[in-house]
Amino acid sequence: MKFAVLVFPGSNCDIDCYKAVEDTVGESVDYVWHTATDLSAYDCIIVPGGFSYGDYLRCGAISRFAPVMAEVAKAAEQGKFILGICNGFQILTEANLLPGALRRNMSMKFRCHDTKLTVVNNETPFTREYRKNEEIIIPIAHGEGNYYCDEETLEKLKANHQIVFTYGDNPNGSIEDIAGICNEKGNVIGMMPHPERAVDTLLGSEDGKRMFTSILKSWRDTHDTASVR
Amino acid sequence: MIKATVYVTIKKGVLDPQGVAVQGALHSIGFQEVESLRIGKYIEINLDMDDRAAAEVQLKAMCEKLLANTVVEDYRYELEA
Repeated sequence: MKFAVLVFPGSNCDIDCYKAVEDTVGESVDYVWHTATDLSAYDCIIVPGGFSYGDYLRCGAISRFAPVMAEVAKAAEQGKFILGICNGFQILTEANLLPGALRRNMSMKFRCHDTKLTVVNNETPFTREYRKNEEIIIPIAHGEGNYYCDEETLEKLKANHQIVFTYGDNPNGSIEDIAGICNEKGNVIGMMPHPERAVDTLLGSEDGKRMFTSILKSWRDTHDTASVR
Repeated sequence: MIKATVYVTIKKGVLDPQGVAVQGALHSIGFQEVESLRIGKYIEINLDMDDRAAAEVQLKAMCEKLLANTVVEDYRYELEA
């Protein structure tokens, strides 16, 4: 299985994501620059956290038009796994690959600490190794993670089981305590918390590990199981 | 040349935490009469074109595509020849 970690000017969690893939599943992983125009070699694309294009105008607004994003849309269409973390989540909503938008935290504070999450949907390719309603600890680090969507969209999210993670103690004012959502097909997920920063007890939690092992298992279900490195 | 001014504001009904914080600050320094306050963006654009109607079409596209996120923001613009 091949992972791509996109790199925009201002990405700062790209190395963490790269290392998390190496450490948790040991599969092939490449950094892919934002100007790339071919992602056909990759099975999972990680859009990492950071401050792409300095968060100018709005978080994710400018990166959404980077050349690589057209390829991300194509990959999403093909059913490949797309994981957007923090700024990556903001980029995916700006790109309309996920519904809604991320606003300033209600508190106006940049929140950087561990959060308790509930795994609401453990049937996505990204969460199958968790138990339904399992509580996990994953850190957040964001100033604009306050998820918003209109009533109609919210009803749709609920009806299609697109709410993947909710916060135990809502740190940013997100509607319905939403911490992460997926698209209707379930192959594109966006979340504000950072699973790549929770892959070893040395980091305070290894609850993020199973997101990466879930992805590999899901991929193996439909691909060559003999390609284990 | 047409000069355009674009105003992007948070939609009514969507909380503006930045506005709330600044309103609180104004209250705390004695401006109790501030009943509400919302913060938006002000963008100046010079367009190298003379046709007003065509300029509007372009501006609308700019706002919808990039300048405003219509999920949470409204926009309006003014044109000056």
